[in-house]
Amino acid sequence: MRRLLMLLAAMALVVAACGDDDASATQALADACTLGETDGDLNLYNWTEYIPTGAVATDAEVVDMLAAFEEDFGVHVVLTEYDSNETMLAQIEAGVGYDVIVPSDYMVSIMNGADLLIKFNPDTVPNLSNIAAEFTDLPYDPGNQFSAPYQWGTTGIGYAYGSIDDENGVSWGVIFDPDQADVNTGFISLLDDERETMGAALIYLGYSINTLVEAEVDEAAALISATRTRLAAFTSVGYADLLTSGEFVVSQGWNGDFLYSYDTASTDDYDAYEDFGYAIPIEGAAAWVDTMAIPSTVEHPCTAQTFINFMLGGFIGGELTNYNYYASPNAAAEEFIYPEILEDPAIYPPADVLERLEFFEDLGDFGTYYADAYSAAKG
Amino acid sequence: MTMLDQRPDSQQEAANPELERRAERRESWRGFFHAVPAYAYLIAFFVLPLIIVFVFSFASRGRTGRPILDNWNLDAWTKLTEPLVSTIVGRSLFVAALNTVLCLIIGYAFAYWIATRPKQSTRTLLLILVLIPFWSNFLVRTYAWRILLDSDGYITQIGEFTGLWGRMLFTLPAVFLGLLYGFLPFMVLPLYAAIERIDWSLVEAGRDLYASGTRAFLKITLPLSRPGIIAGSILVFIPSLGAYVTPDILGGAKTTLLGNFIVTQFGAARNWPFGSALSGAILIVMVLTTILYFRSGARTL
Repeated sequence: MRRLLMLLAAMALVVAACGDDDASATQALADACTLGETDGDLNLYNWTEYIPTGAVATDAEVVDMLAAFEEDFGVHVVLTEYDSNETMLAQIEAGVGYDVIVPSDYMVSIMNGADLLIKFNPDTVPNLSNIAAEFTDLPYDPGNQFSAPYQWGTTGIGYAYGSIDDENGVSWGVIFDPDQADVNTGFISLLDDERETMGAALIYLGYSINTLVEAEVDEAAALISATRTRLAAFTSVGYADLLTSGEFVVSQGWNGDFLYSYDTASTDDYDAYEDFGYAIPIEGAAAWVDTMAIPSTVEHPCTAQTFINFMLGGFIGGELTNYNYYASPNAAAEEFIYPEILEDPAIYPPADVLERLEFFEDLGDFGTYYADAYSAAKG
Repeated sequence: MTMLDQRPDSQQEAANPELERRAERRESWRGFFHAVPAYAYLIAFFVLPLIIVFVFSFASRGRTGRPILDNWNLDAWTKLTEPLVSTIVGRSLFVAALNTVLCLIIGYAFAYWIATRPKQSTRTLLLILVLIPFWSNFLVRTYAWRILLDSDGYITQIGEFTGLWGRMLFTLPAVFLGLLYGFLPFMVLPLYAAIERIDWSLVEAGRDLYASGTRAFLKITLPLSRPGIIAGSILVFIPSLGAYVTPDILGGAKTTLLGNFIVTQFGAARNWPFGSALSGAILIVMVLTTILYFRSGARTL
């Protein structure tokens, strides 16, 4: 029996060690690709409802991007969806062979630090030149060597008009300050995400969302804990629909999600935009960029780069924003975006608001401190 | 086996012990081969993953959160002693225990009622009704509860009409309602099996000896249905301890329970060693409790 156990333990170690691929061989394959080359079908791993395809694209009257790519390049696309950066990371670390993934900014640094991303061969992705100047030199990947910006957005407050005082802008106080928030007790929601949720509390307290000061994190956790009795839920999924259906009146969330839900709730006779709004709070908010990248587990590096180049085209980039209501980092896309989207301050914030936005950064080892503080705050 | 059964055997054995032993060995091998698929499955999909979990609990956490199978240490296990962990464990134990008691009270009455229906066809029909919820996915059914409990839901409307309660969605009662609903069948089925086996003439005898109905129940029915109570309680308690979907969807994830806490370690916190240590510790406690229970002489299960 003991020998059997030893054998099993040894097997477990072998299985566990198999995850460490040699990324350099894959990198060489990617470097050898040429413009427009395909080397097999595309396995795309993207966030839920983030790319228009099938009936959803028809409903939204935008181009079916996966069908268009299949037609142009004669390959098949398999789309798999995820709901958090960490879910995606776990899949890649486990060695699942996706060709293109859509990590957010801080996740690009995490994955890059773990050698989980493949560098682009610039010759195969000439459309990188379409990217607006503000997005070409961000701290998580200067020069876009490993990642191409996909969409960007903000984390703010979606709310029912009349439920809060928004005369002089909306404050995070509508969630965290008892004087402003108690009237809505039981109808407030926060995201269930230690970076985003803690981030909102940190901003309200006047700290950075990337603070490495334990006392500041503790203070934010205590604030969330004190807010709990006022909350209906911590949720990152479906909160915008719960807002339009009346279960919530004030929700923390991502701008595109709210607008997409307001749009879905509207009918020929009803305009949800008259009842619901989105605001970037006066204290500031978190901003993020989602990017397209190639994981080290890629099986078709040439198809992957061809797809990224395709997605960076001006028309496709414009249609992407017309579909999901997130702002485009693609300068060439602007002429294809509906003017009402370009003029919407919830999607394209004016310059003075932009100054109040802050990007998430990888916290390294300190990340566990946030995780524990957040778990403790939730009680 | 009684002495009576063994007597012819021992005579044969005396006649040809070697042949008998060989037959026995062959029989045992045949049994082993029958069990090979089950063994293989258990080793590949249960034992091996468990060992991986234990191995990872001694690994270290890389700068980016990637588990590193090197620098073996006990950090993750030491972290289990932090007050945050005991708070969460205590709360999860409370939720699981309360849910088990609620399921037991409602489930016992219901199982007793089914088992005492005179017609076999009625009993079968009622049992099928208990099983029907399993025909659709638990997650889907939990979301259905959300619709029942939300502001426009029937349950809210009834509560508002009678003035007894308001919107229940995202409250603690909603969590217990969801858990009770989800785990009740696991309590009813073993209880039914135990109660149905009871020899009712014993109860009759008790009544003939002037025991009151309550006394007959407490002295005869309840002890005889004990195996069902224990099996049902284990089947409800253990999964309730790891409940994850219900508190999240119906309770609004406002309190961290063990299940959510472990998920966080493998997700956002990216602390696989700690998550593994947590899972491992729960497993050890569960196994030890079960062994202790069976050692204590309660072999009637």
